[in-house]
Amino acid sequence: MKLGRVAGTVVSTISHPIYDGRRLLMCDLLEASGEDTGDYLICVDTVGAGAGEVVLIVDEGNGARQVVASPEAPIRAVIVGIVDELVVDGSTLDVTGR
Amino acid sequence: MQLAEVVGTVVASVKSEGLEGVRFLIVQPLDRYRKPQGRPVVAADAVAMAGPGELVYVVGSREAALALPVPFVPVDHAIVGIVDAVERAR
Repeated sequence: MKLGRVAGTVVSTISHPIYDGRRLLMCDLLEASGEDTGDYLICVDTVGAGAGEVVLIVDEGNGARQVVASPEAPIRAVIVGIVDELVVDGSTLDVTGR
Repeated sequence: MQLAEVVGTVVASVKSEGLEGVRFLIVQPLDRYRKPQGRPVVAADAVAMAGPGELVYVVGSREAALALPVPFVPVDHAIVGIVDAVERAR
């Protein structure tokens, strides 16, 4: 799984039917240190994450299909958690929404 | 899933079984600021409505095949949505 920070939303009217009614969030990926990697993923939100929050992302098809409960969903990146606290090498990182 | 811009079309009359009727487009993957990132790839158009110049999002690896009418076909990228807007808070 990966850590990301919710940076925004992606709005799409014409899409594969599996995306109907699902929120797509643009997440900037983070290092374990909390630093920005420069990469991003468009993720399906399953937990109600908001802008600026640090989230837990599954970027793997089988896990993603299990989360959306559809064995044939063309979805790969899914937000599965909102991070409350992140401690790396003994120091607590800021995960509050900015 | 990643953002990409459709930059071209591919016409192939001889294709692997299961790919009949599937449109192929050349897409340029984009970074978070919509600047080109990496090399263009050929993606199957699962929404059957994307065209050159459009901003789309693309799913890669095996999930790409699941977006198509025949789910077990040899494709590695598929367009699964046309983007109306990207709203970045930061």
